[in-house]
Amino acid sequence: MGVYWAIGVRSFRRFSTYRIATASGAFTNTVFGFILCGIYLTLWHERPGLGGYDVADALTFVWLQQGLLMPIGIFGATTTIELGERVRSGEIAVDLYRPTHLLLWWASVDLGRAMFQLIVRGSAPLLVGALVFDLTFPSGVLTWLAVATGLVLAVLVSFGFRYLVALSGFWITDSRGMEHVALVLSSFFSGMILPLVVFPGWIGEFARATPWAATLQVPIDIWLGRNPGGTGSALLFQLGWILVLLLVAQLATTVATRKVVIQGG
Amino acid sequence: MVERLRRAPAQYWMLVTMWIRSALAYPASFVLMLIGTMLMTVMDFVAIVLMFSHIDAFGGFSLAEMALLYATASTTLGLADLVTGSIERVGQRIRSGALDVYLIRPVPAFIQTAADQFALRRIGRPLQAGVVLVLALGHLDVDWTVAKGIVLVLSLIVGSIIFASIFVLGAAFQFLAIDSAEVASAFTYGGQTLTQYPLSIFGKDIVRAVTFVVPLAFVNYYPVLFVLGRPAPLGLPSWIGLLSPGVAVVMVTLASLAWRGGLRRYRSTGS
Repeated sequence: MGVYWAIGVRSFRRFSTYRIATASGAFTNTVFGFILCGIYLTLWHERPGLGGYDVADALTFVWLQQGLLMPIGIFGATTTIELGERVRSGEIAVDLYRPTHLLLWWASVDLGRAMFQLIVRGSAPLLVGALVFDLTFPSGVLTWLAVATGLVLAVLVSFGFRYLVALSGFWITDSRGMEHVALVLSSFFSGMILPLVVFPGWIGEFARATPWAATLQVPIDIWLGRNPGGTGSALLFQLGWILVLLLVAQLATTVATRKVVIQGG
Repeated sequence: MVERLRRAPAQYWMLVTMWIRSALAYPASFVLMLIGTMLMTVMDFVAIVLMFSHIDAFGGFSLAEMALLYATASTTLGLADLVTGSIERVGQRIRSGALDVYLIRPVPAFIQTAADQFALRRIGRPLQAGVVLVLALGHLDVDWTVAKGIVLVLSLIVGSIIFASIFVLGAAFQFLAIDSAEVASAFTYGGQTLTQYPLSIFGKDIVRAVTFVVPLAFVNYYPVLFVLGRPAPLGLPSWIGLLSPGVAVVMVTLASLAWRGGLRRYRSTGS
């Protein structure tokens, strides 16, 4: 267990060295935050109470979403993209050679990354947003605990999916195409393009049942206290998807390791 | 100077075809990436359509009018991204010192950087935006005149040039701050998100900022207002959209000065 903790800590430190990149990323998130606020203010002005959100909820959604995109890895994350590249180049052989578990190794790397980005990139846009707009914040220790749990679970759901995408390279050699398809699914069904509460009819119900909903919409709803079935069932929903995804990921790891043929000498 | 400009397209094309061949080495992945890019970029429009399941007009614009704004914003950003988007990779080259290689080759460093890792899949964005444009034009109720037609076509070219200038300005900024590639995204991809909505909804200060500071309003908003025959905000004259080509010239001048300045400032890693 100690080794995975050490990997996570080193991954955290590694990402903390990219200072200008982190700052410029937070700047971009903030600019997008203001643009989206303009759009959502208009939308909620035309239809007050849309999707059960009031204006403050909608604006809070914007700033949380902008802060969480990178930590959760909605667009994919450096870590799992690296894993995909290692599969393509054959360097994965080194990873398989280590006396550690491939899935746990990369989960630790990804969690270390996510924790750093959550602290810095998550808080910066939210801070700016809270200074300019009237935002909703959780009240009470229990809600804050639920938010923290929901965020960690969200990273794990996202990791499970990104890990599978990276491993697809074992079968189709180059995982970049799959990464693009994954990007589309994840940005649409996570609520990044538009909050899932605004999705009408069956498409809304479908979107809210997908694993991607568990990565962004569900943790934000925990923050806002707007989960349709309550916070408890929201956390269970996330746990369920983690279970499914990590089981499949473990299965894929076993099958891939059995068939792997490393090119070269 | 004239000689260099005359040679530039052929040089750019040579580098670009090299990257296209390399991308086609993994055909399955390429096709998936192309489809992925088209789907990804059409999502913004799907969001607008989903919004219109709850509303009839957004900031006074109907769905067809919103589609026209979206299509022009997405086409121009898409074309600029296709041709010059790769230039944001310059930061990595500055950090590693690999930009040296570009300086000793007999092709301008600008062309080599702009063509670096040219991604044909990026054509997905202007392609899907073109489809939306055709759909929008079919549903719009506009009294077409020759002038309006020319303004619309011209705005697609001029808008692409304005966005391309912003890409280059962002790249030039990386000579000052390595790793700042994402700052440019705020103005390019952020600019596209902004310009696909009627700018007046963002308030007067934003309209002033994108008119006089970062002239994103000239990419498509003012030309589209002209085509739709709507008044311009801030009491600006309705023909302000006709100034777009002038704005593009200013932006290109600024971008070229910034790029030269950045390149002159470049010091290699020294290893």
